[in-house]
Amino acid sequence: MSRSVNVALAVALLVQPAFAQTKQPLRAYGIGTAATPAQIAGWDIDVRPDGEGAPPGQGSVKAGEKIYLEKCAACHGEFGESAGRWPQLAQGKGTLASHDPVKTVGSYFPYLSSLFDYIRRAMPFGDAQSLSNDELYAVTAYVLNLNDIVDDKFVLTRATWSKVKMPNQDGFYNDDRTRAEKAFWNAKPCMTECRPPAKITGHAGVLDVTPSENRKGSAE
Amino acid sequence: MTSSADDTNASRRRFLSGIAGLAAAGAAGAARADNAKNLPPNVADWSKSLGEAVGTRGYGAPSKYEKETVRRTVPWLTATPESSVSFTPLHQLDGIITPNGLCFERHHGGIAEIDPADYRLMIHGLVQKPLIFTLEDLKRLPRINRIYFLECAANSGMEWRGAQLNGCQYTHGMIHCVQYTGVPLKLLLEQSGLKSNASWLMAEGGDAAGMNRSVPMRKALDDCLVAYRMNGEMLRPEQGYPVRLVVPGWQGNMWVKWLRRIKVGDQPWYTREETSKYTDLMENGKARKFTYEMDAKSVITQPSPQAPLKRKGFTVISGLAWSGRGKIGRVDVSLDGGRNWRAARIDGPVFDKCCVRFYAEIEWNGEELLLQSRAMDDTGYVQPTKDDLRKVRGVNSVYHNNGIQTWALKASGELENVEVG
Repeated sequence: MSRSVNVALAVALLVQPAFAQTKQPLRAYGIGTAATPAQIAGWDIDVRPDGEGAPPGQGSVKAGEKIYLEKCAACHGEFGESAGRWPQLAQGKGTLASHDPVKTVGSYFPYLSSLFDYIRRAMPFGDAQSLSNDELYAVTAYVLNLNDIVDDKFVLTRATWSKVKMPNQDGFYNDDRTRAEKAFWNAKPCMTECRPPAKITGHAGVLDVTPSENRKGSAE
Repeated sequence: MTSSADDTNASRRRFLSGIAGLAAAGAAGAARADNAKNLPPNVADWSKSLGEAVGTRGYGAPSKYEKETVRRTVPWLTATPESSVSFTPLHQLDGIITPNGLCFERHHGGIAEIDPADYRLMIHGLVQKPLIFTLEDLKRLPRINRIYFLECAANSGMEWRGAQLNGCQYTHGMIHCVQYTGVPLKLLLEQSGLKSNASWLMAEGGDAAGMNRSVPMRKALDDCLVAYRMNGEMLRPEQGYPVRLVVPGWQGNMWVKWLRRIKVGDQPWYTREETSKYTDLMENGKARKFTYEMDAKSVITQPSPQAPLKRKGFTVISGLAWSGRGKIGRVDVSLDGGRNWRAARIDGPVFDKCCVRFYAEIEWNGEELLLQSRAMDDTGYVQPTKDDLRKVRGVNSVYHNNGIQTWALKASGELENVEVG
């Protein structure tokens, strides 16, 4: 009796450190069903920057061009230039520091997976998860080619994944607001005569806000 | 590109004239003649005959006189209504709770209509035991209730380059605040058992966009919920029915709706939604990533361009304030564009990462005013002016515009969204 209690205590002591980080004691409710490998495989579509999760398959730029023109160009434009207000996929190089930044796969996306994972789950718009793995590789390769990231002969596979270098991979840094915007923390904000008398400098509906409209005389 | 810009101009003009029409309609509504036969000393129609029986409205709806209280859209903002946004009519609400049917919407692949019998949540990856939960499973587990605001990181995003949209519904309406009922995410993860190197998870939606975002494990184990109810009833379809992720205080895009899958990993995924979108481009061409917390912010909702003043005299200024970093500690109001401030009165509950309602009472004698509000949270953060924000971030960042809003009140009682300098 006392021996079995001791065993239980010993087990509890052994187990406890694993849960210490979550503070509250763990309770297994016996609710939920084991997910089988087959069930997981059907839904497990995400892909990481290092290529983990990328399915078997391959696709050439040439094969991708045909798929792209058939399934993508109507919204994204024949050359990735966008039709109307749909996302632009290509060009935009050198614009990020201007006041008319054009964020595209080539100018902005940091990783191949950011593109590949998105196409795999969400494109073509309205026909999600309809591409075969080979089609997925091919159309991704073509969008890279539109951005001059790979040449016309390139074939994208798991083996060539790491050869793709995205131009803006180093264009991002971690949230630094608590440091860069430290001045916004102020225990005693000003209450009286905090600024010179305020003047209206812009009116909604009068000030044009998009870059093309913002140039005086260019519109209307 | 030129024709597209022209289209945008045209639709923008239509939109703005629509707003003007709206304001006019509001004013006309106020001037609509009362019906003398319903006014004292006469006895009103509704006092003399029976009304509708109970049960006539199985699920109640607002009064037929409240038809203007609706979510509205800005068609020129997006290419297609399936991947677009509608805005909460903040100017027509009070208190802190947003009614479910008025909570702003943001979908990326339309509203998924999920039969709850076919709903499944999968948890796998770096866990001891991959699990699948049905909706009934989730409802059997211990649950908690919390009121949180949800703000889209792009709320006020159209205002970076200057005042554009006339109405707090459009400038600030990508926020709502409701009570969620759900299972702590930590409890669910414990059922699967985290492996020692588990440090991130990816939440994925079951809609046609398969929305996916990386969430650091410290947040997942802190206060995230897997929620199935809002304000007591089951989630609305447009809010992720039957199950969504709740990520208190953090940008709304991470609150994955129609939650289908949680994969545990040891690094972030850098999905399209956390790279191409929801990163904040600075003036030097570099972008901040993983800017999760929504900074303290506030807006005066009444009066505002869609809710003009109708008469002089005693007036209650009312608004909302919130912070993703904690509780709102104080709200100040200015009548002169930020030169002088007075403390507003906060009324109602003050919760962590939740909206508060504030009021400031004034006598308005018809003079022109520049109305502003300024929120402070319990970390000591003070809502900055738009110009102070621009000094740090430039005007390209799209997201996280929490600058102080100015409404110019005119002698007519109408208001306009303006910039002050």
